[in-house]
Amino acid sequence: MKKILELRNVNKIYGTDIKTQVLYDINLAFDTGSFNSIIGQSGSGKSTLLNIIGTLDTATSGQVLIDGNNITDMSANELADYRNKTIGFVFQFHYLLPEFTALENVLIPYNIQNKPVTKEVIDKAKERLKLVGLEKVMNNPSTKMSGGQQQRTAIARALMNDPKMILADEPTGNLDSDSTETIYELLRSINEEYKTTFIVITHDRKIAEKADRIIEIKDGKINLDIYK
Amino acid sequence: MKLGLKIALRFLTSNKGQTILIILGIAIGVSVQIFIGSLIQGLQKGLVDKTIGNSSQITINSNLEDRYITDYDQLIDKISLSDDNITKISPVLDNQAFLSYEDNSQSLLVRGFDMDKADGIYDISNRIVEGKLPTAENEILLGINLKDEYGISIDDEISILTVDRKSIKSTVVGFFDLKVSTLNSNWGITTLKNAQTMFENEEKISSIEMQVNEDSIFITDEIALNVLNTIGSDKYKAVNWKEQNESLLSGLEGQSISSLMIQVFVIISVVISIASILAITVIQKSRQIGILKAMGIRNSTTSYIFLFEGLILGFFGALAGILLGVGLSFAFTKFAINADGTPVVDLYISYSFIILSGFIAVAASILAALMPAIRSSKLNAIDIIRNN
Repeated sequence: MKKILELRNVNKIYGTDIKTQVLYDINLAFDTGSFNSIIGQSGSGKSTLLNIIGTLDTATSGQVLIDGNNITDMSANELADYRNKTIGFVFQFHYLLPEFTALENVLIPYNIQNKPVTKEVIDKAKERLKLVGLEKVMNNPSTKMSGGQQQRTAIARALMNDPKMILADEPTGNLDSDSTETIYELLRSINEEYKTTFIVITHDRKIAEKADRIIEIKDGKINLDIYK
Repeated sequence: MKLGLKIALRFLTSNKGQTILIILGIAIGVSVQIFIGSLIQGLQKGLVDKTIGNSSQITINSNLEDRYITDYDQLIDKISLSDDNITKISPVLDNQAFLSYEDNSQSLLVRGFDMDKADGIYDISNRIVEGKLPTAENEILLGINLKDEYGISIDDEISILTVDRKSIKSTVVGFFDLKVSTLNSNWGITTLKNAQTMFENEEKISSIEMQVNEDSIFITDEIALNVLNTIGSDKYKAVNWKEQNESLLSGLEGQSISSLMIQVFVIISVVISIASILAITVIQKSRQIGILKAMGIRNSTTSYIFLFEGLILGFFGALAGILLGVGLSFAFTKFAINADGTPVVDLYISYSFIILSGFIAVAASILAALMPAIRSSKLNAIDIIRNN
């Protein structure tokens, strides 16, 4: 199967005076359309790995190829544009813009491209909100929604530009078990419907086991890599 | 950029209290600037107007030995073409003489005016407290002080003794009050024609006096130079009011500088307050900036957010400040009044000064937003996401 993402000998060292190595020679590849989970204890380096994949952080050495493009050579602006078109993020703490409504938040990744907002675009954003079951509250300010609703809005936003890949860092870490279940079912259904590649960090083994592949990171190295 | 503006507007409207507070801060700064500026300009204009508004601002004299100017009609035409700022020109024949009335005598400067032209400078017709302007031969207008001192009344006959010891009878046709004591007791005004006959100076004048338009009152030295360049500095010399009123000028200058200092400090305090509030805003909004960067917003666009915030705050602050400042100035002229109902200080409302103050406020606000803008562009998404 076609690889969407490849990491070659990725190392990450923090600090200049006191050096802390967080990742050691990571070699990984992800199939297009797969649903992957990364588990590991806090401080194991899993978030750093996800941030490097998401081009938010840079590897100290090694190469990261997304869709065959080596992102280590890109300028800050190229990376920003690339991130906007290719990657959707879902974070633990939702990170919606509280000044905007749910619908406006979903539209922001499109707004960043500075293209005219047509009726079709708004319909698409509404479609995404409908997909996550929020069509009734789309004009609510994001601060007036429950945690689960906010996270679903964040998912709808991540889908707005039809990214090839969605990266989620503990997307349910802040939610109760019912909402957790809903969110995972949602992510899986999106994965099946849009063939979007998912890489999801979780500390919940039960959740991780629902993925196609489980990667465990321990002390900056790959400890386990299981395909189901 | 459009997105930057949109987010800036939303940031500002989502925290209305803070936004209004900043706008109010800028507005007060701008209004103080406009009020102080108008007050100082009004004071200066009033002072200048009172001092030199009714006197010659540039005076041309002859360099020749006899100190007289001939062919003056031609010369006046030449002068009026030499500089556009000259508004009034009047020929004068001055002669020192003695006034004798009954048993009293004193020195008198007999000024022969072309009445129509001199009226533009001295506003004589409005300064006459009694009687009329001299028109016919041997008619003279005297200062009000002489009336009180010697008990002269209208239609009385006085004798003018010239330096050639000639005595000429003249009829007093009126009294003027130029609001300057020395002039009121030393000047006698008659027609140019009469003065020329009296002192046997036919076709001659002693000087040409002129005034310039209001805006060029402080460049009379340059205008005088232009005039001299046209008519020839070998034959004529020019004296302008600035040379004659150096102490007034330095007083005005001191006032201008102190007013400028106040305005500069007002701007500095406005800049510092906007910059510090926007710097806090960057920290307040760092989560939003971080997530926007994760979604692929460019660093430059995040800078625009804060530059637009500065621009919007500056614009509305300046607008409110102008309204407040003009209102304050208006109230001042309305309520700080003399017993006769005239304002204590006439404010000078200059539109160009107000617009300039507004522009300075907007520019200062954008300048103040520059540091926060740079700061936001340097914010790293990963730091915010990692630190939550």
